[in-house]
Amino acid sequence: MSVLVYTESEQGAFKKAAFEVASYAKAVANQLGTTVIAVAINANDVSALGNYGVDKVLTISNSQLDSFNANAFASVIKQAAENESAQVVVVSSTADSKYLAPLLAVGLNAGYASNVVEAPLNTSPFTVKRTAFTNKAFETTQINTDVKIVGVSNNAFGLVEQNGSASAEDFSPSIPELGVTVESVDKATDKVTIADAEIVVSAGRGLKGPENWGMIEELADVLGAATACSKPVSDLGWRPHGEHVGQTGKPVAANLYIAIGISGAIQHLAGINASKVKVVINTDPEAPFFKAADYGVVGDAFQVVPELIEKLKAFKAQQ
Amino acid sequence: MKILVCISHVPDTTSKINFSDNNTKFDTNGVQFVINPNDEFGLTRAMWFKEKQGAQVTVVNVGGSETEPTLRKALAIGADEAIRINTPATDGFSVAKQLANVVNNGGYDLVIAGRESIDYNGGMVPGMVAGLIDANFVNNCIELEVDGTSAKATREIDGGKETVETSLPLVIGGQKGLVEESDLRIPNMRGIMMARKKPLNVVDPVDVSAETTSVSFEKPTPKGAVTLVSADNIDELVSLLHNEAKVI
Repeated sequence: MSVLVYTESEQGAFKKAAFEVASYAKAVANQLGTTVIAVAINANDVSALGNYGVDKVLTISNSQLDSFNANAFASVIKQAAENESAQVVVVSSTADSKYLAPLLAVGLNAGYASNVVEAPLNTSPFTVKRTAFTNKAFETTQINTDVKIVGVSNNAFGLVEQNGSASAEDFSPSIPELGVTVESVDKATDKVTIADAEIVVSAGRGLKGPENWGMIEELADVLGAATACSKPVSDLGWRPHGEHVGQTGKPVAANLYIAIGISGAIQHLAGINASKVKVVINTDPEAPFFKAADYGVVGDAFQVVPELIEKLKAFKAQQ
Repeated sequence: MKILVCISHVPDTTSKINFSDNNTKFDTNGVQFVINPNDEFGLTRAMWFKEKQGAQVTVVNVGGSETEPTLRKALAIGADEAIRINTPATDGFSVAKQLANVVNNGGYDLVIAGRESIDYNGGMVPGMVAGLIDANFVNNCIELEVDGTSAKATREIDGGKETVETSLPLVIGGQKGLVEESDLRIPNMRGIMMARKKPLNVVDPVDVSAETTSVSFEKPTPKGAVTLVSADNIDELVSLLHNEAKVI
């Protein structure tokens, strides 16, 4: 018996989500009185996983797995889960983990609960709390199968450091036919992604035009944040589609979400509501976003944002 | 090419979300139901394949008779026929098993589903269908071209996008980008009249066990009022974010 966790890496380095799911897996293992085993595919240095409660890491080095392939990665995790008699498999909510989790569920004939926000409420029956109705409610779900898959929502559980160390063990699973092959990847490598970000700076039509995004990017730089935008802005082509957050765009579950010149349509709020602290900057005091936000500034973005950048720089310099 | 578009019958985004029976059931009172937005992008892309490449488009839903207006709407938009699998949609895995059975019986080349429904947000049905029928699978799909039995798709990844090559049979988890919002179609009177004559076949479900069970619901605790900070006092905002919210 064990808790297995898939710790995702990119170009050899673990993503932040990997440490969060490892922390989660440790909490589940404590409840079940068992150990945490991580699956690391083409990661350079797996020792950091010990700091988040992992007891053993199955390291897989295989050039066939250099590009993400959902079928192959799901198969690798399935083989690891079977070898280690895993009772619970924990995955994150990154695009890749959400892609492979349903395939893994079929492979292991395991019930899968996604968007889980807390450690299991109970282990027998196994129940978890997850978001539903696009963040308008929480659902308590019971997983009935012998093997259970838990998909942990980004930034929901947080990182829990432990004083531990993880042993490493080579693992050489068989690789199935890929079925889907990567032709090209279009990705900004120097930017924080919305999924990884603790802080997201998002702007809307109130910015008046794409030429005014310089200050949004600067604010994001100062905060180490990802940039995002509202649906009209991506529809108008001011910003790439990948930045669109909201119900039909990317979900955001950041610690801090700063909305600038976004009125707060219900579809937008649904997509960002899982964020812990929301700040709105808008000229219109009647904008619906003020009802959803924790902090608000009624004012012109073109005055408030540059000033906020200055004050944050001063604040950062003091820290 | 035979296309199956999976249609989830979901509460409209602006619906008030309430629960009944001691918070164990979604309260459908006064709720307007629509085609799941992520599915609607896929349905519209399927219409493109129908018009440009002569594809035959079937829509399918797992649910009771109350979901039929949503299927009729899909027919009015232009699907050729509809299938309703006559059983409540209880959990993602069992819905996927019902759909996989329909795919196997119907010999579909391409299955288009939304990346997730906006009600339960499971995000698992398309991938599970692919796993169950052993088809190729592309999730978060924002572009799709099919040429004979080969397909080229683009999927959204964290921080960008990735273009992949694959082949039929294929399942996609689709979303906005497959078509633009402005390409979505509102059924016209002719479409609505024609939809009445199109076949809507009700089929019996296969026996499946529930791998997960919905136990109860709760609504988030209401949020306190917004703390307003004067535009002349941005220092205070920085201080609140640091000392009170502790997020910077």
